[in-house]
Amino acid sequence: MHTGAADPDGAAVDGLTFDGTVSRGDFALRVALGVADGEVLAVIGPNGAGKTTLLRTLAGLARLDSGRLRLGASLLDDPAASVFVPAERRPVGLVFQNYRLFPHLSVRDNVAFAGRMRGASRRAARDAADGWLDRLALGALAGRRPAQLSGGQAQRVALARALAADPALLLLDEPLSALDATTRLEVRGELVAHLRDFAGPALLVTHDPLEAMVLADRLLVIEGGRVVQDGTPAEVARRPATQYVARLVGLNLYPGRVRAAAGPTTTVELAGGGELVALAADRHHAAGDRVLVAVPPAALLLHAGRPERLSARNVWPATVTGLELLTDRVRVRVGGTPPALVDITPGALAELALGEGTRVWLSAKATEVTCYPDPAG
Amino acid sequence: MLLAVPAAVGFAFLLLPLLALLIRAPWRGLGELLSGSAGLTALRLSLECATAATVLSVLFGVPLAWLLARVRLPGIGLLRAVVLLPLVLPPVVGGLALLLALGRNGVFGRFGYSAFGYSLPFTTAGVVVAETFVAMPFLVITVEGAIRSADRELEEAAATLGASRFRTFSRVTLPLIMPSLLAGAVLCWARALGEFGATITFAGNFPGTTQTMPLAVYNALESDPQPAVALSLVLLLVAVVVLAALRDRWLRPGSAL
Repeated sequence: MHTGAADPDGAAVDGLTFDGTVSRGDFALRVALGVADGEVLAVIGPNGAGKTTLLRTLAGLARLDSGRLRLGASLLDDPAASVFVPAERRPVGLVFQNYRLFPHLSVRDNVAFAGRMRGASRRAARDAADGWLDRLALGALAGRRPAQLSGGQAQRVALARALAADPALLLLDEPLSALDATTRLEVRGELVAHLRDFAGPALLVTHDPLEAMVLADRLLVIEGGRVVQDGTPAEVARRPATQYVARLVGLNLYPGRVRAAAGPTTTVELAGGGELVALAADRHHAAGDRVLVAVPPAALLLHAGRPERLSARNVWPATVTGLELLTDRVRVRVGGTPPALVDITPGALAELALGEGTRVWLSAKATEVTCYPDPAG
Repeated sequence: MLLAVPAAVGFAFLLLPLLALLIRAPWRGLGELLSGSAGLTALRLSLECATAATVLSVLFGVPLAWLLARVRLPGIGLLRAVVLLPLVLPPVVGGLALLLALGRNGVFGRFGYSAFGYSLPFTTAGVVVAETFVAMPFLVITVEGAIRSADRELEEAAATLGASRFRTFSRVTLPLIMPSLLAGAVLCWARALGEFGATITFAGNFPGTTQTMPLAVYNALESDPQPAVALSLVLLLVAVVVLAALRDRWLRPGSAL
């Protein structure tokens, strides 16, 4: 998939263009992406998908095996043309997941580091550093050592240090994952502002779909070294392309084949067993089409006994296998054909006296069940 | 119980000679013996030469340690073997080899001699060279180990901030390995101070110019053992001070040199 402000023929483009392969042992990352100036792309994927490899290659800490990496008008990596700009000469700022602040330098000297490396005098670099620290409300910490900082403070200092290097591309590796819930909320809010103010392209790797949705303009899902989905956070959440993404955004997703398409409704035979009647999301399907069927947990109804004579087209028996308390609802995991996640209120949980092993019936209106073409099929 | 007997014998074997030294030491006349001109001269010469040898070892040894730790070349194992050789080679053999290399008719020394009329053997500078030869490997090994285990992650961070390899080393790696470097330097200094075989072979035994403390002890033994014992006590004291200085690294159970 090739997206963004990218011109493969090498005409002048702005932003970041990456189209290449990186191998690590028996794992190969094969990705094409583009990020425009001012845009924030979130890269999301399971562990081992290749997200870190991608970041390291963009930063110059790893090389492409083939392909091309371009930032603005500069070619940073092109094995075919024997071009490779090492990390220290790339205008790329990287905020590491474990901050990697220099323990022997004060906060101020950490932030001033890039300036010093560029040849600024100690006083000039420190003054610039103080400016950045004030901008991120870290002025009071200027004289401290990294060991004396809390997680949230260290994260902000790491960001200040990367921004003070005046990079043309900003990379963030799971910037909030090491923080506790409250700090994460604060820092995330600040990060939204800083990313908005950042003029160049920014790429953010994360596990957290909420983080991706709040911070990014676009989402790129990587699994097994390949791009499996690319779109706005809303698009990805509404029509996830894989089970991984569906699980991440809390949607029930079932791959299957169309058995019959009659008028507005489509009957889909699910790969895992069972059948669902859905509304086709955009176009009409033909029998035999490979599709994905998505059912939001909140659209499913739980019944203590078999429901009789109802409008819902989808009814099937199931067994409760787990309960999870979310902020304002209970997510019930049920096993059946097919299995599902169902959201109910805590009151309903009590009233139905649900526990692990309880037999229930599920129903879902066809109007709440969407199906769309399976991008993998 | 069965292990206790050989363990006790081993310990006694190491302890008894030190005890004998302390028991037979001329505690009453120590001050006079040490301040005798031969003793003081030897002491001052030893301190100066050991310090000079350590400085040279740091100047050349640290870059060498970095090379061994970070550069991946075919044959780097051979390079390390050569660096480690003086650790295992009998010091006398080291001294002889230095003579053959740097002496008046030596493989390399004869150029210096024919050009400047100067040769290293039997000079104070020669003492420094001999001590550096045997002591530098200690520094190299200690620092190489520290660089190897130094946090690559911080070096990567420095690279993303624009630091060249050299500046990464000088601004990030070096400050972080400083404790190991200092420990290596102390070890190097102690080894240089105690060197006998290479010094006496390459630099000779001339009081005032090349007679360091171990040589003075050896010398004194032939005529009058008392000053020898006094000087030995000083060397024992230096050894104890070195151990105390590096106790956190060496005296913890499980710590390796």
